[in-house]
Amino acid sequence: MTQTHSDYRLSQLDQLEAESIHIFREVAAEFEKPVLMFSGGKDSIVMMRLAEKAFYPAKIPFPVLQVDTGYDFPEVLATRDNWVDRLGVKLIVASVEQALADGIVIDDGKTSRNRHQIGTLLNAIEENGFTAAFGGGRRDEEKARAKERVYSHRDEFGQWDPKNQRPELWSLYNGRLHEGEHMRIFPISNWTELDIWDYIGREGIEIPSIYFSHQRRVFLRDGMLLSESEHNPLRDGEVAEERTVRFRTVGDLTLTGCVESTASTIPEIIEEVAVARVTERGATRGDDRFSEAAMEDRKKEGYF
Amino acid sequence: MSATNMDLLRFATAGSVDDGKSTLIGRLLLDSKAIFEDQLEAVEATSSAKGYDYTDLALLTDGLRSEREQGITIDVAYRYFATPNRKFIIADTPGHVQYTRNMVTGASTADLGLVLVDARQGLTEQSRRHAVILSLLRVPHLVLAVNKMDLVDFDQSIYENIYREFTQFATKLNVPDLEVIPISALQGDNVVTRSENMPWYSGPTLMHHLEHVHVASDRDLIDARFPVQYVIRPKSDEFHDYRGYAGQIAGGVLKPGDEVVVLPSGMTSRIAKIDLFDQEVPEAFPPMSVTVHLEDDVDVSRGDMIARVKNAPTPSQDIDAMICWMTTTPLQPRQKLAIKHTTRTGRALVKDVQYRLDVNTLHRDQGAGELGVNEIGRVTLRTTVPLLCDPYSKNRTTGSFVLIDEATGVTVGAGMING
Repeated sequence: MTQTHSDYRLSQLDQLEAESIHIFREVAAEFEKPVLMFSGGKDSIVMMRLAEKAFYPAKIPFPVLQVDTGYDFPEVLATRDNWVDRLGVKLIVASVEQALADGIVIDDGKTSRNRHQIGTLLNAIEENGFTAAFGGGRRDEEKARAKERVYSHRDEFGQWDPKNQRPELWSLYNGRLHEGEHMRIFPISNWTELDIWDYIGREGIEIPSIYFSHQRRVFLRDGMLLSESEHNPLRDGEVAEERTVRFRTVGDLTLTGCVESTASTIPEIIEEVAVARVTERGATRGDDRFSEAAMEDRKKEGYF
Repeated sequence: MSATNMDLLRFATAGSVDDGKSTLIGRLLLDSKAIFEDQLEAVEATSSAKGYDYTDLALLTDGLRSEREQGITIDVAYRYFATPNRKFIIADTPGHVQYTRNMVTGASTADLGLVLVDARQGLTEQSRRHAVILSLLRVPHLVLAVNKMDLVDFDQSIYENIYREFTQFATKLNVPDLEVIPISALQGDNVVTRSENMPWYSGPTLMHHLEHVHVASDRDLIDARFPVQYVIRPKSDEFHDYRGYAGQIAGGVLKPGDEVVVLPSGMTSRIAKIDLFDQEVPEAFPPMSVTVHLEDDVDVSRGDMIARVKNAPTPSQDIDAMICWMTTTPLQPRQKLAIKHTTRTGRALVKDVQYRLDVNTLHRDQGAGELGVNEIGRVTLRTTVPLLCDPYSKNRTTGSFVLIDEATGVTVGAGMING
C-alpha cells in the first residue's frame, strides 16, 4: 500500500482517496458542527474509513448520525456498532418510530419508511444544530445526483434547489451559511460503485455480512426479491422460499431487494459488479422506482 | 478488472445538442458499458413518450426535470466510465454563451478539453469560444472532434480545412497539446473503433487518445507548495506530542529532511516526517493528502503555506487576475467581496476592471468598466490578507481563487492569477 512511485503517479483510487480526505479536512476546519450520516451501508463505511484516515491519529472530530427506520437489517446494525466502537466516535440515532410517536413525522399509511426518514433526519439536524452533514451519495448513482455539488446547500427548510446551485470550481469549496441553513457534503461524489468495492477490498475493512452471498428466505414483489420478515408480511399470492442471495445496497428492509448471487468474496463481488447490466438502485431499491424524477423530488425535500 | 492500478483522466466536453455532444457521450458510455440496462430503458421510454422515433441519448445526460422540460443542458453533469487501464470523469458542460460560467466550472478541474464541431458548419463562433475558455483555464490537452463526417461523405478536404483554420486560431491561445480527430458520433467512426470510411486519417481514434494521453507530467513537480489545511493534535496519551500539519500537496515533491519555509511568517525549519494515515512515506507529491511534521516547534496554522526556502511564492495583497463573473449583479470597482484562495480566506476590494475579454474574438474592451454575468475580464484586487500565490499558468491550485458575495454567501466569481 505504499503510495509513492518513481514516476510520481497516483492510481485513481489513491487520487479519489486524496480528494475525499481533502474534503473531510476542509469541512472539519470550516464548519462549526459537522456530522457524518452513517447508515452502515458500504458507501457510508467507505466514508468512515476516509474520515479515519483524514484525522489519524486523532479521533474523528465529529459524531455520526444514523436514521433508524425500525426496519433495518440486524446485520447492518451490528457492523455499525463495530465501526463506532473501534473508532470511538459518538453515535446519535434518530429514530423514525420515535419521530412518528412524537408527531414530528405523520404516517398517512401510504408513505414508506424511507420517505419518513426525511423528516426524521431534518429534525435531528435542526435539534442538534448541525451545520454540515456528510452523506455517501455518489454522482454515478442517479441523474439528479450527477449534477449535485460536493458542498450542497440546504435552505432553512432543508431543501435543495437544483436550479440555483453555487458554482464549484477547482477544489475551492464555499461553505458560507446563513442562520438555520446547513450544508450536505458528499466527499465520495466522484467514486463509482466499482471504486467503492475496489477500495473495500484494498483496505480490508468490515462491511455487513448481507453484502455477501448467503441463504435467505425471500419472496418476489414488484419484480424485486424481498426478505421475509415480521415487518414485511406476505400479501396474497406471495410465497417465500429459500434462495442464495446477496444485497447490493442496504436500506429499509421492506424496500431493499436482494439479487441471486453466489459471490461470497470481495473479488467475486467486483467481478459481478463489473459485468452487471442494471444499476444498483434500479435493481434493488423500490424507493427510486416511483417516477423518473423520484430521486430529484426526494432530494429537493431534504433526502440524503 | 481491479482499479488498483488504473489512472484517472478528467475531461470536459463543451457543445450543444446540435453538435452531437450528447450522442458522442452516450456512445462513449455505451461502448465502455457504463450505461446500464435500466438507464437505457428509462431513456427509451421517455423518448417514445415524447413521440421520438429514435432513442434520445441526450436524456441520459440531462438529469434535472427543468432541463428535460426545456430540452437543454444547463448545469455541469459529471459522468463516469472506465476502460481497463483508465477511469474517466467527464464534466459535461453546456455550450451556449449564457452558460459560460458552467463551462468554466467544468474546465477548472479538467486535464483535457473536448470541443465538438459539426463538419458541415466548420468552425463557428461557439467552437472558438470553447477553445478560448479551455485555454484560459489552462486545460493542458485539447481535442477538436470534427463530428458528423458521415454527412459530408467523409471528405478529407473538409477535415483538412477545419484542421488548418483551427491550428491557425490556436496559435493565439495556450494550447500545449492539440489533436484533431474526424468522427461520426452517430455511426461510431473513429470514436472507439477505427473508421473504414476515412482511410486517409492516420491519427488515433478518440477513445485511444483519451486512454493514452499522458497527463502525469502536467503537474508541477518542481515548485513545492503545501497549503496547510488542518492541524492534527490528538492530545491522547499514546500520541501526546503529536502535532501534524494536514493538507493536500499543491505542487512539487516534499521529502523528510527538506529545508522549508512557513509563509507568511517566514519561519524556517526542516521536514521531520510525512505521514499518510498510519504510515510514514519517503516523499509526497500532488495530489496526495498527507500530514507533514516539522523538526522545530514553529507556529503553523490553517491558511499558512509550507514551501522551499529558495523557492517560495511571494505573499501579495495586490492581485492581478482574469475573472469569470458568475452572477447577474455586475462586478464593479469599489465592490467588496470575500475571497478564498487555497486554504486562506479574506476580503477583497475591486480596484479596477482593466478590460473585458470578448471570448469569441479575443478583443479586449478597455472601456468596459464592469463585468456582467458570464463575462471574463482582467481585474485588479486588493486583499485584506496576503495571498501566497503563484501565476495560474504555473500552478492551477495556488493560482486560482473564488470570490463570494458576503451578503448572500453565493460564489460569484472565479479568478486566475496573472504572473
